[in-house]
Amino acid sequence: MIEVDGLTVRFGGVTPLDGMTVTFPGGACGLVGPNGAGKTTFFNVLSGFVRPRTGTVRAFDENLLSMADFKRARWGLRRTFQQEQAIARLSVFENVAMIQEHSGAGRASRRDDVMEALTFVGIEDLATHKVGTLGAGARRAVELARAVVGKPRVVLLDEPAAGLPTEQTERLGQLIKAIPDHYGALVILVDHDMSLVSACCETTAVLDFGKLIATGPTAEVLQNEHVIRAYLGTEETV
Amino acid sequence: MSEAGEPSAARSVLARTGISLERVTGVRIAVIVGLLAFALIALPALLSDYWIKVLTEAAIFSVVALGLNLLFGRVGLVSLGQIALLAIGGWFASRLFFLTNMPFPIVLLCAGVFTALVGVLLGLPALRLSGVHLALITLMFAGLIAIVVPTTNFPNGGGGFLGYTGSSSGGLTVRRPSIAEGDDAYFRYTVIVTAIMFLLALVHVASKPGRAWAAIRQSEPAALAAGVNITVYKLYAFALAAFMAGVAGGLYAGDVGQLSSFQFSSVKTIDSVTLLAVVLMGGIYSLWGAVVAGLLQQLLPALLNDWFAFFQKHPDFLLVLFGIGILQVLVTAPEGIVTQFPRDMRNLGRLIARTAARVGRRSPAA
Repeated sequence: MIEVDGLTVRFGGVTPLDGMTVTFPGGACGLVGPNGAGKTTFFNVLSGFVRPRTGTVRAFDENLLSMADFKRARWGLRRTFQQEQAIARLSVFENVAMIQEHSGAGRASRRDDVMEALTFVGIEDLATHKVGTLGAGARRAVELARAVVGKPRVVLLDEPAAGLPTEQTERLGQLIKAIPDHYGALVILVDHDMSLVSACCETTAVLDFGKLIATGPTAEVLQNEHVIRAYLGTEETV
Repeated sequence: MSEAGEPSAARSVLARTGISLERVTGVRIAVIVGLLAFALIALPALLSDYWIKVLTEAAIFSVVALGLNLLFGRVGLVSLGQIALLAIGGWFASRLFFLTNMPFPIVLLCAGVFTALVGVLLGLPALRLSGVHLALITLMFAGLIAIVVPTTNFPNGGGGFLGYTGSSSGGLTVRRPSIAEGDDAYFRYTVIVTAIMFLLALVHVASKPGRAWAAIRQSEPAALAAGVNITVYKLYAFALAAFMAGVAGGLYAGDVGQLSSFQFSSVKTIDSVTLLAVVLMGGIYSLWGAVVAGLLQQLLPALLNDWFAFFQKHPDFLLVLFGIGILQVLVTAPEGIVTQFPRDMRNLGRLIARTAARVGRRSPAA
């Protein structure tokens, strides 16, 4: 469980997060909202790139914000970025091993951990291939393997399906849905594809202008009139 | 480099060690062994003492270039202070040679470790700066050393902390290892130490530090999110590059016998910049680029001097050539000569084969 309380981030005159208070109960949770709603800023706070003005984040009863940024991976915080971060000239194996070896897992279990993650995402056959030679779907699988290798506790996925064709998005959705049971990790999924969020996430939180406007079971939240209005943008155009 | 057809046994071994398969294929090992054998056996037999001296220096500078190649190519950090670190390594090694009776390899190791500590200090600004700012700071460091060195001089068997004596009777030279007292033997010795430095670089690149550097180079936030301790790995890269410069300094001291402060004086600060130029030209994504860089830095000027009287009068014209060289590389082959040359040779081969085939087809009809 992740409890966020009164989280505010300010850059100059902009307030990307404005007193955000929300609880992610566990399993796979959606986090949606229009562009600029503060979703990626929230991830950046969790990663330690952005220091909030006020507010606390407790993850599994530990104060996440008091941890040094690079130690959060060791604690079990993993994430993907909107831009792919796997390194093109290294092999798939090396790319996943990189995360495993810096997140505190032992050297002895490296091969098993990496191959387990590659098998989970279904690209174990590509282990020795260079990432630069792979297609879009396989590269996304590498990103996902990097986010789950070892012992993840919280997995943040920032638009993992952006730009993928429908059938690959569906396949990715099945994988994301399987992460909580398979790894025992809490997943927060940010995506604009509502069918992906509905397919993966039992609960969903909606941000708009840095504020939480709805939270609860995904099906109910997506029917919420505030949410529909935020997405259609009527509040902005009036 | 086909990756699909690799034997599975090798794959599993390499997967266990985490070393990338492409780098250790049999062909590559054969090429490396062949080149080493050529350098160790054929070159001293074929070339005169003068050219062996030049190649010894080229090998030494390729070790310095290797450090910069790692820093810039693998981590994305620019340093213009590597020649200054070479001077520091040379000073420290010379001091140890005259102060102690330690064997040559131990002195090299100590010079490397000491210079690595200085390198860590030089790396501290890199934690906050990058790109042109870091280049400037490190160039200022080179400038500082260029002022310090003519004042302190290099140790030559004198007393005191500096170990320098200005008297005409003084001026001992650094003793070479007993197995490598002649120039040919010292050349072989240098090539072997150089090979060990390249092996050290390869081991780093293909293991945990190499992957951490690759992550930092790609994106610092992503590296942080991956759990990479950026501070430690940046300083580690600076330390390793400085270690190499320090070892090279020790080799250089043994090579010339008595390093002169003129070699590292402020008029020579430009060497720090040309080193970056040759490293760029050689290629920063491949360790072979450092070999090419060493040859460009030391062998090319010697060749030009030998061939053209013009260069003896205007040695600085080399800078113009390097400028053209960098432009050429950046425009046509950002991966450097080390990638460009084999590629162009392959293309030329294909062109010749195609032309020959066309001529062959035409001639019976004619």
